[in-house]
Amino acid sequence: MAITREQVEHVARLAHLALTDEELDRFGEQLGAILEAVGKVSELDLTDVEPTSHPLDLVNVWREDEPQPSLPREEALANAPETEDGFFKVPPAVGPEPDL
Amino acid sequence: MTWEAVIGLEIHVHLKTRTKMFCGCELEYGAPENTRTCPVCLAHPGALPVPNEQAIEWTVRLGLALGCEIAETALFHRKNYFYPDLPKGYQISQYDAPLCVNGRFAVPGADGDHEIGITRAHLEEDAAKTVHIGGAGGRIGGAEYSLVDFNRGGTPLVEIVTEPDLRSAEEAKRFLQLLRQTIVELGISDAEMEKGTLRADANVSVREAGESGYRTRCEIKNMNSFNFIARGIEAEIERQIGVWESGGEVVQQTYDYDASSNMLTARRTKEEAEDYRYFPEPDLVPVQPPPGLVERLRREIPEPPGARVRRLEAGLDFETATGLVTSGRDRLYQAVVAAGADRRAAANVVMNQLAGAGVAPDAVDPGELAKLIEGRETIPRGTFAEAIAASGDPGFSAEKYLAEAAVSDVSELDPVIDRILAENEAQVSAYRGGKEGLLGFFVGAVMRETKGKANPKVVNERLREKLSA
Amino acid sequence: MTVDTLRLTAEDAMRLVERGEVSSRELWEAYRAAIDERDGELHCYLTLTGEPEGDGVPIALKDVIGTKGVETTAGSKILKGYVPVYDSTVAARVKEAGLPLLGKTNTDEFAMGSSTENSAFGPSHNPWDPTRVPGGSGGGSAAAVAAGLAPWALGSDTGGSIKQPAALCGIVGLRPTYGTVSRYGIVAFASSLDQVGPTTKTVRDCALLYRVIAGRDPMDSTTADAPPVDLPEAEDLKGVRVGVPRELNEAEGIEPGVREAVERAIELCRTLGAEVGETSLPRSVDYGLSCYYLIAPAEASSNLARYDGVRYGLRVTDGGYHGMVERTRDEGFGDEPKRRIMLGAYALSAGYYEAFYGQAQKVRTVIADEHRAAFESFDVLVSPTSPTVAFALGAKAQDPLAMYLSDLLTIPSCMAGLPGLNIPCGLSDGLPVGLQLVGPQFSENTLFRVGHALERALDFDYVPERLR
Repeated sequence: MAITREQVEHVARLAHLALTDEELDRFGEQLGAILEAVGKVSELDLTDVEPTSHPLDLVNVWREDEPQPSLPREEALANAPETEDGFFKVPPAVGPEPDL
Repeated sequence: MTWEAVIGLEIHVHLKTRTKMFCGCELEYGAPENTRTCPVCLAHPGALPVPNEQAIEWTVRLGLALGCEIAETALFHRKNYFYPDLPKGYQISQYDAPLCVNGRFAVPGADGDHEIGITRAHLEEDAAKTVHIGGAGGRIGGAEYSLVDFNRGGTPLVEIVTEPDLRSAEEAKRFLQLLRQTIVELGISDAEMEKGTLRADANVSVREAGESGYRTRCEIKNMNSFNFIARGIEAEIERQIGVWESGGEVVQQTYDYDASSNMLTARRTKEEAEDYRYFPEPDLVPVQPPPGLVERLRREIPEPPGARVRRLEAGLDFETATGLVTSGRDRLYQAVVAAGADRRAAANVVMNQLAGAGVAPDAVDPGELAKLIEGRETIPRGTFAEAIAASGDPGFSAEKYLAEAAVSDVSELDPVIDRILAENEAQVSAYRGGKEGLLGFFVGAVMRETKGKANPKVVNERLREKLSA
Repeated sequence: MTVDTLRLTAEDAMRLVERGEVSSRELWEAYRAAIDERDGELHCYLTLTGEPEGDGVPIALKDVIGTKGVETTAGSKILKGYVPVYDSTVAARVKEAGLPLLGKTNTDEFAMGSSTENSAFGPSHNPWDPTRVPGGSGGGSAAAVAAGLAPWALGSDTGGSIKQPAALCGIVGLRPTYGTVSRYGIVAFASSLDQVGPTTKTVRDCALLYRVIAGRDPMDSTTADAPPVDLPEAEDLKGVRVGVPRELNEAEGIEPGVREAVERAIELCRTLGAEVGETSLPRSVDYGLSCYYLIAPAEASSNLARYDGVRYGLRVTDGGYHGMVERTRDEGFGDEPKRRIMLGAYALSAGYYEAFYGQAQKVRTVIADEHRAAFESFDVLVSPTSPTVAFALGAKAQDPLAMYLSDLLTIPSCMAGLPGLNIPCGLSDGLPVGLQLVGPQFSENTLFRVGHALERALDFDYVPERLR
């Protein structure tokens, strides 16, 4: 099934990938072919089948409300590209803060 | 044209668990930035969430207190979007299989109870804290850069969504106050709006009285006190009525309310609605609250506040009854009345004087307080105030303070009164000549002479008798 | 004594150390010498460690396995230079067992691929024929073990990334039952499919290493306890019911040489006393690939969202926050992750969820049910692991769909969370052919038993011919 350029752009935006024009074309073609192949799943009538989210039948796995040691701040920041005064520094996020 | 307001609330409650929702980092208000983090809440490669059992139990407890059905099987879902305070690039929340659904919460009003539907209550994790540097007032517009502190990220949050059943700003405020009281009594959160451990956004629309459908609604955010919420909702209701009455149409929009200016500012509209691509969280297995646990929790929930207001109202007015319940003082009040104190006096003391003296209701022995209230007119005011201030101390005894009963014995007071009268012949004549206002002068003199220990009522009566003789 | 790193099994090495004939340190140095000699050609390793710690048999770890203090790249530019501040649970268990780390092995980027050609740092080469791929995504680990550059290694398997490289390199690889090995600290690709497992020369080595890593982990909510591991002894298959699923064994694209080697191995099962019978997995093979290539990319699109340049890894600044994230990811990710992220986002997006992701989750149930039904009559199912022997470097790199077909036979059992063992069962045109053994959940001991007996009977020489 073909995927339009707009759809590729939309999906790239959702996934926060800044694609070049060349990539948009190339991926568009490849994604179209892949979607055609995976679309095969819709051939089956599975109205009465339950979806599987987890391979094992586990339920109620949780932990006690007991504190565990946190990382020392230097380790928390160790791999950070940019920090300032103990904070992670990032360029400003323009645009409304999404709702939680 | 009579307009009706249609209001729903979306409330977030910070649970006061010791650790975060999905990792063992200890929660500590005010800890230095990025000192309460770990690979999980920093979303390092390979990190995995493990749910906090206490948070799940408390959410069930809250759901039960809100009359909800507890899910047989609840799932966590991922809500995907990008923002600096969301390290995984998704929030672990609940979507179509939340822990609690279909509840109700009664809000007493002057004209009867109004049952507000609770659509759902679910469990999720809070985002981290972002500070915008360089812009005006610390908000996002014009910021040069942002700083992120992940200490708060991962705090357990319960999100409660109500049906659009509230009909006035005042009712919404009352709902929130009673809800807050319930939450505090369950012991699961401090639920303080000023501290951000209780947050509420409102969805507001209006319609003509009698109209059946719903019109377009708007969301109001950034109201961080009960009063601001009432005012923000009120402002929005007015705005919407204004739009409709001038022939326009309300457009769906999110507004921030600014309390100082009473202004609603529209948020920048996004080009396209965010697509969160919810799917079941594969790193977490389903939650099936054990029936035994649910039953035990159900038995332990306190009486709903609405019902308590109704019961108290029988002997008091609605306002006072509501005030007692929302301030968490109604149990003490009831105990004091049961111990024999007069209702109005008890309400007054419990609501005002005790609160003013900073005494916690739980620390007070109701029997002793009742005795104190009963004898309040027989002791000097200063003594009474001292007694109130001490009433929360362990082993408090009213007896000690009542012993300092104002002197009422006439045989003790008469000599003093006679002396005052003898020393003030001019005023005595003036009084007997018609200047009855001078009684206060004599009372004052006797009180000073007895260093405040005379019973003013008795002094008053005695003076009148002697002066009219 | 000179250590024959090409031939020495981990079990033998353990015995040598126990007997004092060689020290752990000497072992480690022997493998390092072999690496110096041969890894230039094969490029199995991305990082070599400094001082070894431990007193046991050295080990290599696929570079998606987080190792505290040792660079972990997941084969991606976006994590170049990233040094974890914590150990994955499997790395910690390996450490506790005293196994010194040799280094981190090459992998397709974020474990996405079937040839290691998607590694941002260059492909690995098959030790049997360096012009060919070693398989993927765990080609580095498999090639290292086959080429005597590590006595054993750990890899990770999502759709076949342990089994398929093992097949192409002529060694043993186990994909464990989902949930028996912790994923804590493993760079996530698809959460409901990823599993860490051993890559070894022999089945007994495999069992030994599995014993070290298996077991419930409180840091991973999706783990369960595994039954205690039995080291296989028996060299017959009496009492074992071996099923031959039609669809897996007759799928389109299986090379004749591969089919012949597998048929001989199945015949050998009979000789060893097994009851061999035909069975069917009607829709699992037909719909397995499409099911996998919806679910895995969907989960991956979400798991890879954390690579945003904020807290670690590559950052490319471009205006504000959103621009930075977009540019960082465009420059940091290779083509395959980008494709899968977009595919996944599409499958989950509003309006498409039911038809794609939702439907795939149901197909998954069908696949699990079909396998469960087959296991009512059989203890283990056999088939080729890979439809082909190792293909030439570059042969499929430009055609994603052709590459995806490499996983045709390994994927169905992965979707059902089932364990699968690859053992080499012969050669075709001088290149190894792998036999896949699949069992019900928690049946590793059965797989070890069957694998070991076959291994003894087959007597396959796992040292690549050109290196002997």
